[in-house]
Amino acid sequence: MSKGKTIKRKRVNSDSVFDAVNLLIMLILLVVFVWPLWFVVIASVSDPGEVWQGHVILFPRGITLDAYEEVVQYKTIWTGYLNTLLYTLLGTAINMALTVCGAYPLSRKDFPPRKILIFILMVTMYFSGGLIPTYLVVNRLGLIDTVWAMVIPNAISVFNIIITRTYFMNSIPEELREAAQLDGAGNMQYLFRVVLPLSKPILAVIGLFYAVGHWNDFYSALIYINSQQLLPLQSVLRKLLLTTQMTLQISSSMSPDEIMRKTQLAQTLKYSSIIVSTVPVLCLYPLVQKHFVKGIMIGSVKG
Amino acid sequence: MRIVNRISAINAKKRKPCKPLSERLACELKKNWALYLMILPVMAYFIIFAYIPMSGVVLAFKDFKVKLGIFGSPWAGLKHFRRFFGGYNFGLLLQNTIGISLYSLLAGFPIPILFALLLNYLKYGRLRKTLQMVSYAPYFISTVVICGMIAIFMDADTGIFNQIIVALGGESVDFLSNPRYFKSIYVWSGVWQGMGYSSIIYISALAGVDPSLHEAAIMDGATKMQRIWHIDLPGIKSTIVMLLIMQMGSLMNVGFEKVFLLQNDLNMKASDVINTYVYRVGLIQNNYSYSTAVGLFNSVINMTLVIAANQLSKKLTEESLW
Repeated sequence: MSKGKTIKRKRVNSDSVFDAVNLLIMLILLVVFVWPLWFVVIASVSDPGEVWQGHVILFPRGITLDAYEEVVQYKTIWTGYLNTLLYTLLGTAINMALTVCGAYPLSRKDFPPRKILIFILMVTMYFSGGLIPTYLVVNRLGLIDTVWAMVIPNAISVFNIIITRTYFMNSIPEELREAAQLDGAGNMQYLFRVVLPLSKPILAVIGLFYAVGHWNDFYSALIYINSQQLLPLQSVLRKLLLTTQMTLQISSSMSPDEIMRKTQLAQTLKYSSIIVSTVPVLCLYPLVQKHFVKGIMIGSVKG
Repeated sequence: MRIVNRISAINAKKRKPCKPLSERLACELKKNWALYLMILPVMAYFIIFAYIPMSGVVLAFKDFKVKLGIFGSPWAGLKHFRRFFGGYNFGLLLQNTIGISLYSLLAGFPIPILFALLLNYLKYGRLRKTLQMVSYAPYFISTVVICGMIAIFMDADTGIFNQIIVALGGESVDFLSNPRYFKSIYVWSGVWQGMGYSSIIYISALAGVDPSLHEAAIMDGATKMQRIWHIDLPGIKSTIVMLLIMQMGSLMNVGFEKVFLLQNDLNMKASDVINTYVYRVGLIQNNYSYSTAVGLFNSVINMTLVIAANQLSKKLTEESLW
C-alpha cells in the first residue's frame, strides 16, 4: 500500500469529520441567532395566555393582533416614536454635515494646519472630561431638556471623521482635483460635484451608523432630558420592558380573570413594542448592506 | 562662503516667493477660505464639548458650590480621591469593572475569530450568506431592547431558560436578581450581540490569505485543521494582535448602558462598576466634585492603558494607532 493513499484517506476522514462538526456548529449558531428574534415575532402575534403558559415555542398559537392594538393605543410609545424620528433625522443631518466639514479639509494635503488639527481631534478620543464636566457645559448652554441636548453634544464622532477622511484620500486621486482646478472649479464646487458623489459608499455607511446610533440612543435622554414630552423611544421602551410597574391600568372593580388577562397582555405588549421599535432599523440595514463590509474595512485601516 | 550663499539663493528661489508671514497667510486664506470656513464649526464643537469639559476636571480638586461656579469654588486638594480610595466600595468597584471586562475579553475576543474560521470552511454558500446576515442583525438592536429580551428570556416564571430547567426537573432560578449570574449574563449576551459584527474584519482578513498556499497544502495532504493552524491563523495574525491590543486598551471601560439597564438592588454586589458609580453619585446624589474625581481616576487609567497598549503594538507588530 502506498503511503500517499493512507495520507489521502486520513485527510478525507479527518476532513469529513471536520465538515460534519462545522456544519453542526453552524446550524446550532443559526438557531441561536434566529430563535430569540423569531420568538419575539411569534409571541407578539400569539394569544397572550398561550405565551404566558409557555406554549409558544416554534410557531404562533391562537393568532391575534391584540398586542398590536394595545401598542397602537399606548400613547407614550408614539410620542417617543415621533421624538426619536425627529432626533434621528435632525441628528443625522447635523452629523453628516459636520463630518464632511471636518473630513474634507483634513483630507487635503495642501491644507497647512491639517496635522495639528488632526492631533487636536485625536486627543479627544483618548481623554474626556467625563460625565459631570460635560453635563455642566451642556447645562450652561441651556440645552438641558431641549431637543438640542439630543443632537448637539454628540454631533461628531472623531472616528467617523477619520474614516471619511481616509476614504477621501485613498479613493479619490489627487489628479482629479488638479484637473478640476484647471477647469476653474473652486473648493466647494469640487467637493459637491466630484468628492461627495464619488464617496457614496462611505457616506452611506457612516450615515447608517449615525442614524442607528440616534435611534438606539438611550444615554443622552437619561442624562439630559427630564420632560416626559421629549423622551425618546428608547426611554419609553425601558419603562415598558425593564421596570416591573404595571403598564396597563388595573382598577379594583376588575374580576381576577380580567386582571390576569391584563397582566398577560402587558407581557405581550413587550413583544409588540420591541417589534415596532426595532423593525425600522433592521429595514435600513439591507439598503446599505452593499457598502457595509467595505465601510467597516476602511474603518479598521488606521487614519 | 560664496557657494553656501549661492545654494541658499537657489533654495530661496525654489521655495514659494518669500513674502512676509502675514501676507502668505492672507494669500492662503484667500485661496482656501472655504476649507477654513468648513473646519470652523467642527473645531468649535470640539472646543466646547471636549476641551472645555476637559478643563472642567479641576472640579475633582474643588468643593463645587453652584453659586460660586467651577472656578470660584474653594480648593479641596485630594480630598475626593482619598474618600474614593478609602471608601468601602472601592475594591468592589474595581473588582467588578476589571472582572467584567476581562471576562468579556476572554469570551468575546476568540469567539469571533473561531466563527470567521469556521464560516470560511463552510461548504454551503447559501447557509454561509444567511448566517452572516443574521449574525450581524443583533448588532443593530438597541441596548434597551437587548436588555428587555434578556429580562424576558431569563424571567423566573415564564422565561425559556427556566422552562427548560423546570422541564428537566430542576428548580427555577431568578437569574437577574442573583449576583452570581450577572457577569455571565452580561458577557454572553454581549457575545451574542457582537460576534457577527466583530467577525467581519477577520472574514475579510481571511479572504486576503494567499490561495496558492492552500492549494499547495492540499497537494501535500494537509487536513483542514492543519490548514487552519498553519495557513489561516498565521495569515491573520497581525489583525488578531492589533485588535487584541486595542481591546486591552479599553480594559477599564465597561459600557455604561447595558450594566446600568441590567442593574438592580439585588445584583448590585456584582454589577456596580465605576461608570455606573460615577453616574449615581454625580447625577442622582448631585455630588459633582466627588463624581468628577472618580471619573478622572477612570479616564487617567484608561488613557494610560491605551498608550501602553499602543506602545506594545508598535514594538510587536510595527502597527500602531498613531
